[in-house]
Amino acid sequence: MDPITVIRSRTVVMPSSNIDTDQIIPARFLTTTVRDGLGVSLFADWRYDRDGRPKPDFVLNQPAAQGCQVLVAGRNIGCGSSREHAPWALLDFGIRVVISTEIADIFRSNSLKNGLLPIVVDEVTHEWLLANPGVEVEVDLPASVLRLPDGREVAFPIEAFSRYCLMNGIDELGYLLSQAEAIERYERAREGR
Amino acid sequence: MTAKSLFEKVWERHIVVPESADTPAILYIDLHLTHEVTSPQAFDVLRARGLKVRRLDRMLATMDHSTPTDTAQIFGGLPIRLESAARQVRQLEVNCAEFGVDLIGLKDARRGIVHIIGPELGATQPGKTIVCGDSHTSTHGAFGALAFGIGTTEVGYVLATQCLLQRKPKSFAVNVGGRLPPGVAAKDLVLAIVGRIGVNGGTGHVIEYRGPAIEALSMDERMTVCNMSIEAGARAGMIAPDATTYAYLKGRPLAPAADAWERAVADWDSLRGDAGAYFDKSVSIEASELEPMISFGTNPGMVTTISGNVPVRPGDAVFARSLAYMGLSPGDRMAEKPVQVVFIGSCTNARLSDLQAAANVLRGRKVAKGVRVLVVPGSQQIKREAEELGLAKVFQDAGAEWRESGCSMCLGMNGDLVDAGQYCVSTSNRNFEGRQGTGARTLLASPASAAAAAVRGRVTDPREFLG
Repeated sequence: MDPITVIRSRTVVMPSSNIDTDQIIPARFLTTTVRDGLGVSLFADWRYDRDGRPKPDFVLNQPAAQGCQVLVAGRNIGCGSSREHAPWALLDFGIRVVISTEIADIFRSNSLKNGLLPIVVDEVTHEWLLANPGVEVEVDLPASVLRLPDGREVAFPIEAFSRYCLMNGIDELGYLLSQAEAIERYERAREGR
Repeated sequence: MTAKSLFEKVWERHIVVPESADTPAILYIDLHLTHEVTSPQAFDVLRARGLKVRRLDRMLATMDHSTPTDTAQIFGGLPIRLESAARQVRQLEVNCAEFGVDLIGLKDARRGIVHIIGPELGATQPGKTIVCGDSHTSTHGAFGALAFGIGTTEVGYVLATQCLLQRKPKSFAVNVGGRLPPGVAAKDLVLAIVGRIGVNGGTGHVIEYRGPAIEALSMDERMTVCNMSIEAGARAGMIAPDATTYAYLKGRPLAPAADAWERAVADWDSLRGDAGAYFDKSVSIEASELEPMISFGTNPGMVTTISGNVPVRPGDAVFARSLAYMGLSPGDRMAEKPVQVVFIGSCTNARLSDLQAAANVLRGRKVAKGVRVLVVPGSQQIKREAEELGLAKVFQDAGAEWRESGCSMCLGMNGDLVDAGQYCVSTSNRNFEGRQGTGARTLLASPASAAAAAVRGRVTDPREFLG
């Protein structure tokens, strides 16, 4: 996956609260056996009409949204299904950062493992971002800071190990495999082998 | 010694390497459930890195999401109608054969929804850590296991290392006092709980359900409650193991037997939370005050009583949008709303007692004209039992469709879909927009409530059919 350090981008804003992973990628697209090519199906039921034509009033279909890497969502995004197809679809569309007041556990975990940075911000910052769609922000992962155009710096929490993986574009499997001895020791002790 | 909760005890037993400021804990996984939807890309990672499955003996693999419920497509030699679903089923067969995983395949008599067959086979046991690339893995917490859903990348980690990196979640006590009144189901209880704490109320937490109303529940009912923990955003939901748990497990194919059984029970007894254990959060609910529930909106926290009305929330644009999708207005009465489809099934409510509850309403009655009723047992074993008990005949005589087991219309991946604009009273777990089909309108309810809606063709309090 691509490493993340500093991302500068305009925001695209979807103010709905509790956006669930069924919206991000509806179940009928989950019969795929690969990770690629899901961007076209991102938010499919909100984005296209019955005949598959893009709805011009949907935010991701508007010219201003093209090339945006930062999605600001309403309160609490990612609830529901564990489908990793949700972050895969967002990334394939070009989104690298998701900002909300709350991010559901499994979606957050899946995002971190694929180079999609989930950022939880305070209510005031969130309100401001919702009210000012399209502003240019700077996401500084090494400093764990979100910089707003008026110069404000908003620190965001991120687990140290996840940050290391994101900045280096690596997953956690290498680290887990390096712990094989500890795992074997645990198995021997538990199973009396 | 510090008093510990059930969750803390199970957590601590599985620490391979403790967490530090720099690294999360390495948590050992006792049982890895696998299905066709969230595993193909994980097997690809193993292939790409030249890795093997570390513990084939700690896996239980089956197919449930994309599989047809039409008998002819499983046993009758007809091809699976949806080509992409057929491909996914084949891919799981190929992956399991290549990596040596024992697969409970399409025609296997043990097949069913993964969260139903795990307990049914006795693989789900108290004190285990259980994961699956599926959010409803929380179901298995009913046995006092720590069970949670993971994504496909983590499925790959577990395949390769039998471990996950995890920060310890917080704990959340849901205390349920009293007893559920007659005609009020476990599903009504958990809908009330999700309504109370909200779809994000449990984020970052593991719920432990406690209290006399929980202790009085059967294992089937406990599974219904724990199943929907994820709908409150919780990482997992747990219930302390007790005599009810042991009675359910004893004699199941994968449960400990003979001397090992006695040792296991003694060990499981020690898992119960200590008096005075700390919880980061708690909430109390009185079961005896509950009524049959139904959802009215587009997330499982948007619920009311069947006798109740759609709430009025002026100025809430998101709420208004949700009601617009549902074709409902603030203040609308839920009872008497016409419905076109009824779905009785899913990992929430497709166990034998769920089918019995539905059959008790449908026995000797007919499905209302113009209503399509799909009854999908949770496993092939439940299907056989329901047929032996005459439940299948009750459903068929009433005019319902009796199908092969699977996830089916809960999420419609296999083509069992609700049409746009139709109302479906569903015993499943999610009423998200489009969940049961593009434009479908889901009303979550218990099996008895679903059956009552099938008979009347309208949202109906199932207590009208009691006694």
